[in-house]
Amino acid sequence: MKIQITRGKIVDPQAQTVVAADVYIAAGKIVSIDKAPQGFVPNRIIDAHEKFIIPGLVDLSARLREPGFEYLATLESEMLAASAGGVTSLVCPPDTDPPLDEPGLVEMLKHRAKGKNQTNVYPLGALTMQLKGERLTEMGELKEAGCIGFSQANQLIADKQVLLRAMDYAATFGFSVWLQPQDPYLSKGGVAHDGEVANRLGLPVIPSCAESIAVHTIIELMRETGARVHLCRISTAKAVELIQRAKEEGLPITADISINSLHLTEHDISYFDSNCHLIPPLRSIEDKEALRKGLKEGVIDVLVSDHSPVDEDVKQLPFQASEVGATGLELLLPLTLKWSQEDNIPLAQALSRVTSRPADILGIHAGKIAVGEQADICIFDPEREWWVTPNMLKSQGKNTPFVNRPLLGKVSHTIIGGFLIYEDARA
Amino acid sequence: MNKNIQLNQAGQLQHLLTIEGLPPSILYQILDTAKSYEHVAHQEIKKVPVLQGKSVFNLFFEPSTRTRTTFEIAAKRLSADVINLNVSSSSQSKGETLLDTVDNLSAMQADMFVVRHADSGAAHLIANHVAPNIHVINAGDGRHAHPTQALLDMYTIRHFKGKFNHLKVAIVGDVLHSRVARSQIHALTTLGVSEVRIIGPKTLIPRNVERMGVHVFHDMVQGLKGVDVVIMLRLQNERMNGALLPSRDEYFKFYGLTKDKLMHAKPDAIVMHPGPMNRGVEIDSEVADGAQSVILSQVTFGIAVRMAVMSILVGNHGGGGA
Repeated sequence: MKIQITRGKIVDPQAQTVVAADVYIAAGKIVSIDKAPQGFVPNRIIDAHEKFIIPGLVDLSARLREPGFEYLATLESEMLAASAGGVTSLVCPPDTDPPLDEPGLVEMLKHRAKGKNQTNVYPLGALTMQLKGERLTEMGELKEAGCIGFSQANQLIADKQVLLRAMDYAATFGFSVWLQPQDPYLSKGGVAHDGEVANRLGLPVIPSCAESIAVHTIIELMRETGARVHLCRISTAKAVELIQRAKEEGLPITADISINSLHLTEHDISYFDSNCHLIPPLRSIEDKEALRKGLKEGVIDVLVSDHSPVDEDVKQLPFQASEVGATGLELLLPLTLKWSQEDNIPLAQALSRVTSRPADILGIHAGKIAVGEQADICIFDPEREWWVTPNMLKSQGKNTPFVNRPLLGKVSHTIIGGFLIYEDARA
Repeated sequence: MNKNIQLNQAGQLQHLLTIEGLPPSILYQILDTAKSYEHVAHQEIKKVPVLQGKSVFNLFFEPSTRTRTTFEIAAKRLSADVINLNVSSSSQSKGETLLDTVDNLSAMQADMFVVRHADSGAAHLIANHVAPNIHVINAGDGRHAHPTQALLDMYTIRHFKGKFNHLKVAIVGDVLHSRVARSQIHALTTLGVSEVRIIGPKTLIPRNVERMGVHVFHDMVQGLKGVDVVIMLRLQNERMNGALLPSRDEYFKFYGLTKDKLMHAKPDAIVMHPGPMNRGVEIDSEVADGAQSVILSQVTFGIAVRMAVMSILVGNHGGGGA
């Protein structure tokens, strides 16, 4: 398939440039920019007038709920959601049922995802068997099966000796370890930030120190083991500060935050809005400001959707009994744009946090638009306003704190491996 | 679920879920209405026809004797039909969800739900879900709120002390886990008392609770100095030995209300307790049964206050749902 994208503006997050030029795609690759290659006859011309052409988004955390939770979402629904959100590569955490702790499970998932010729799926393998924090998984085998790194999903291993050994073992082979820093004891039973909203509403709390102590522990274990660590879903100002110091020290550490933590605070819980029941919890205004600054300056490397589709029924419960999670794949781009606008961050710089930077962390060929690169491209209309409603979302998960809010910017086309996978009928 | 849904468009009470966000005028309306119901208990026929033909469902997902009984008496004195449901022992154990239970009962033409639940926010969830002609009263949700308890406490304070504005009030004990304390703090600050003090060990006081407009004391004698009202909180059995407190004896030594400690309050200070009391844990029998104790008056006033809340809710039918 040969595609010509015409009249649009190309944003290159890596070079931090925006140029008006046509893009020519053939055999899955970008074959030329600006000038048509000799004899190029496109099968399809996409008019990108007043639109931006950007590398497909790379989302470092999206739960597809397969295997095991197909009633919440299926690969079909969530891959469609990904392409509708302009996401062309995604990382899925291992907390499926069963967890991704055996090579066979990973192979099956990769196979199922590939068969759909859609968004590239990079699974994280479980760091320990059944994510129990006791026995190591066969990381080498899992790597060969296609795991991009190893993770405990959203729990830190309680037994620090196991964590030390897991990091040591991963470091042996140079595998990266993805950890969500939250002390399991300090966060036990908690559902909300230890701040004025939880005080008012009488919700059990997760103190900020549950995160900062875990970050301290991980950083110390990095010094000990030499493991490469990606910290997932940072939520506190204190953690940003610790990561900054670790980076200055030269430790191989990277970090991400979720779209929810970037835009929301504990106050959004209002009167028990269970859509705001998230892990890590939404924290204080000061924390949010520190996260935004950290993301802008690059202390926090990446912005993720933290896509976790849940059933409507399990959100229709009292806050603390409700299920954790929110849909996010289709909100990642507009919420990146919103941040870029609100904090006056150049578009290319803001987009690097969801394209080139996560691609670097994964070490994959993605996140840039250049001749010879794989044609994973997202085209969006920056002026298109839309309301987040269940009908507008392709994901099976309809719950998000942003429901019934307007957002600016919508994907019109998504190209993956040179194929036009998604096209907004109304674009 | 993003706003305070307990007021209707006319600014009248549609549900009573929390004291937070209610204007002083509504609190006084409830207290004044309760006053007008006080006589009903002394009539030969203890009934008024205010809720005649209305069905009040006492929906208790958590066991309770006293609160449920006083709501039942209040509704019956208003001539309502009262249905008591202990849901903890029926539908929930069969897997029915909270809102399914509510839907089923709504289909039986309920006019009012009185809800108690172990999770904070349960009453809000139900109030958000029911049809606009149904009123919800929160009879205690998790650690969040127990507004009728706070209102009967305000009624008691007003009965014995008159005006609120010069009063210093101390709340002593497990504030962290207490829905009663949270509602009392909102009620006292809304009614404009001169000072609300919180007394307890750091393990039982939420961090940054000062933002609710209170002063924190860890020394009980210091905290009781010069107060007009002492409100003791119940300490749950399961919190007496563990990581929150070392033992009930040590708790009693530092935070139990004894005659000696009470001497530091004003001589005419009143002593309150939402019940049920743990004698010898948070309060000494000598004080609980002493001259300054108004604990049994609280129980009596509780009926009039709950009658007032129910009659106001039913009377506010015209305003439409918020």
